[in-house]
Formats: sequence, structure tokens, C-alpha cells
Amino acid sequence: MGLFDRYEGLLEAYRDVRTTGYDPFQIRMERVLSPTEAIINGRKTLLVGTNNYFGLTFDPSCMEAAIEAIRAEGTGTTGSRIANGSYTEHVALEQEIAEFYGKKHCMVFTTGYQANLGLISTLAGEGDQLLIDADSHASIYDACKMTQAEVVRFKHNDPSSLEARLRRLGDRPGNRVVVLEGIYSMLGDSAPLREFIDVCKKYGAYVIVDEAHSLGALGDNGRGLCESAGVLDDCHFIVGTFSKTLGAIGGYCVSNDPDFDILRVTVRSYMFTASLPPSIVASVRQALKVVKAKPELRTQLWSNVATLYEGLAAKGFKLGPEHGPVVGVHLPDRMIAIGFWRAMLDAGIYVNVAVPPATPNGVSLLRCSVCAVHTKEQLEHMVEVMTGIARQFGVLEDRTLRVVGGAH
Amino acid sequence: MIVETDGMTETLERTRVSGQSRAEVIREICRHLAPFQTGERPITGDTVIAKDLTIDSLAIMDMVMELEDHFDISIPMNVVAEIHTVDQLADTIQKLCARR
Ligand SMILES: Cc1ncc(COP(=O)(O)O)c(C=O)c1O
Repeated sequence: MGLFDRYEGLLEAYRDVRTTGYDPFQIRMERVLSPTEAIINGRKTLLVGTNNYFGLTFDPSCMEAAIEAIRAEGTGTTGSRIANGSYTEHVALEQEIAEFYGKKHCMVFTTGYQANLGLISTLAGEGDQLLIDADSHASIYDACKMTQAEVVRFKHNDPSSLEARLRRLGDRPGNRVVVLEGIYSMLGDSAPLREFIDVCKKYGAYVIVDEAHSLGALGDNGRGLCESAGVLDDCHFIVGTFSKTLGAIGGYCVSNDPDFDILRVTVRSYMFTASLPPSIVASVRQALKVVKAKPELRTQLWSNVATLYEGLAAKGFKLGPEHGPVVGVHLPDRMIAIGFWRAMLDAGIYVNVAVPPATPNGVSLLRCSVCAVHTKEQLEHMVEVMTGIARQFGVLEDRTLRVVGGAH
Repeated sequence: MIVETDGMTETLERTRVSGQSRAEVIREICRHLAPFQTGERPITGDTVIAKDLTIDSLAIMDMVMELEDHFDISIPMNVVAEIHTVDQLADTIQKLCARR
């Protein structure tokens, strides 16, 4: 058996994808011009698939902070947090994030992926029960492969499904650890967090909430769903990333647990990888200041979300269940999704395309992520372009039956 | 098929489920797998779920969630990973039902 034989099915799907001409997994940003524009295939392209929710990648104050840090402390730390890679600034960043949440402790990781991977697999150990939402991010699923705990999935955003699974555990020994996300990355829907917390309290379960897509976007202070749902104190661990709203890279976890610091010498993805470079730490610290100082970015983001979501909904597109910084557009199948995606790129608009097995329930999606600094005109233009393409593909709600049915 | 969810029917349903025969467990599994059947070959105890059918790993996990709720048991993901055939899945379900 050849090394790649087991990927036969995947290779075939990948070959299908490439027959459309462009390979969505190998798109090159030839030159990024701003948070909302880049040159792709030699053409100026509107970016609506970057997770750059506040557009801070080009914030002058964040850029200056990063440049200054490089001049002062060099390009990298060349070591892990438990060796030579903890600088005064890493610790300051941790304090600032802890303060931002009103929590006692914070740990900064080199990516959000590593934060989930290490934290979840360490918190839930042998004899424990880990309960995860069916639509969890890959980093959470990968943590499940590493943990010694028993892992059970519950139905997406369904507190009663979680409750049934906690109830079935009865009086079996072991900690119950529940993992949730603030906003889900594919369809932009939020967890019914209050209801989940009630269930967790009833069964004495610990709660970890990943606010990767909700930092900045939700809550009066941008702390995420934990804040907007009013349950900050009930979430034992909050995880997040610097790679989206904060426009850089890195991950974090905050908590009030008095023994939190033990994680620094038990979580392997923290201990055995180099720490964030000084420039990143500096830009993230500045980005956090911007998030606090400019709540208007959040207002602008949601107003842009409304423009895109309502614009597409009015044209008959099938969308994710609610407004969110991610707007997921459902398409009938993988080939239509890829074709649609490519037609959009040809028309100068970049979004993400998400197809099975990377998507929940085998759906095919165009995943649009909205940015606070998109202009209304840019988004209205996008709705027009997508409507035109949708007509060609015959995928608008009222035509679905006739055209898609005929193509099968 | 019992569709009402008042307390009485639920209790009846539960009793019926715990006393369920192997044939009934297999029938329930096959009901979920039917949409993924290929060609004329029937689904039997020997059917290798991930190989003989057109079901992907995510859909298998989703089916497991449905079976969990039907039989009121939980099948941990590491246990699912070890299950290959319909018979093995039925064994696991019966074992967990007995322990309930
Ligand atoms: C829900 C969720 N958690 C974690 C991550 C990982 O973030 P990072 O880019 O920092 O590794 C992502 C990003 O893809 C995500 O969507």
C-alpha cells in the first residue's frame, strides 16, 4: 500500500476542485493592499474572507508598535515560554488580557490552535469526560485525539442534547469538561450560552468557551459571547486568538482558577514551541488598546454584517441562521460551490469556499467574513455580483427546483 | 413508531428499548445507513460501515449521535473509532444498553 492510498477519496475530490481552473487551497495574495483589498491573479480584488473583523492588520498604531519592537528586541525570541522566550512584554500582554476579561490569570500561546490543542487535552485527563459541540473547530477535535479522557459529541448548539449526555454519565467519577464556541466559524451562528451554562451548572461541569470569532464582535466591551450573554463569571476558561480581530497571530486562555499556573508546566503546546516574536506581542497589545478605545469598530462591523446579510437574503440566498461576522452562503453541492467561488474571484471578489468534509452536515458554503472597514458600497457591489452569478448557476431560492433539479 | 412525548409514552418507549432484541438494534442501525447503501448489496452484520457504504466519517459520527439518543446511551468517540462493522456497532449498543 502506498503512503497516500488512504487519501484516494480526498485526492479525487481535490482533483474535482482543480478542474474549475483555480485551486482554492493554493490562492496566492500577490500583494495585500489593505484589510479589504489585494492583488490576486494580477487583479485588484475585494477581500471578504479574511477573519480580519476590525481591519486592524493595517492599523498605523499597531504597525508602528510592531516596528518599534523589532528595532528594540529583534525579530524573534528563538525559545519557548519556559526557557528563554518569556520577555517582559509577554507577561505584560498576559496581564492586559486578564484585565480585559476581569480574570486573574492569562496564558499566551503561539497560536489559537495550540491553545485549544494543549489546554483541552490537558484539562480533561484520564477518567474525565470531555463533551464537545458537533460543529467544533478542528483544533478542538484534534485535542480530543490527544486527550486520555472519554469524548462525547452533542448536537450543535443544542443544550438539551448536552444535558442528555451529562445525565447519562450519572454518578460515574471524573470531571466533566464542556467545550463551546462563541461564534461558529462556518455559519456565523452563536451558541445559546446561557442555556448551556445552566445545564453545566446543574451537572457540575467545567466550561471552556472559544471566543475566536467573537472577540471584539460581541459584548459591550468586545469580550465576546461570555460578556454579551452575561456569563463571564460562569465560564471557567475562555480561549481566543490574536489571528482574527486583533490582526496578528497567537492564542490565549484566561481563567480565575487559583491553580491556573500549573498549566504552564503541563501544557505541551505551550512548553515545547517558540514564543511569539516581540513585534507580534507589541502589535497585539496595541490592537487590544484599539479594541477598547474604538467601540465604533464593533458598531461598524455589525452594520456591515446587516448590509451583506440582508442584501443577500433579499435576493433569495440561503444563509446561516443569524447575523454574524461570518456570513455563510449555502450552495447545493461541492462543484457548484467551487464554480461559484471561482466566478466570484473572476469578478474580483475573494471569499472562502468550504466543502465537505470540512463542513458540518456535508454542506457546501461560501464563507464570507465581514470587516468593520468594508464600505457599504463594497458590500452592496458584492451582493449585486453574487446575484448575477447565482442567476447563471440557477441557485437562488425560487429557481432552485427547476435549474438545480434539472442538472442532476 | 411512537411520536408523542408525554411522560407515559416516554416511559413505555424506554422499557421497550432496554429490552430490545439484537434484530431490533440492527434494524435501527440499518434504517440510518440505508441512504448510504451502494448498488444492490444489502446491508448486513458484516457490512464495513466506512468502506462498503458511501458514508463519510463525519456522517458516521452524526449517525452515532442519533443512535445514542434513540437508545439513551453515550458511545465515546474512541469507542466509535474501533467499530468497523454493523455487527460491532450492534454489540457496542447492546453492551451499553445492558449497563444502563
Ligand atoms: C473556533 C476557532 N478556534 C481556534 C482557531 C485557531 O486560531 P489560530 O489561527 O490562532 O490558530 C480558529 C481559527 O481558525 C477558530 O476558528
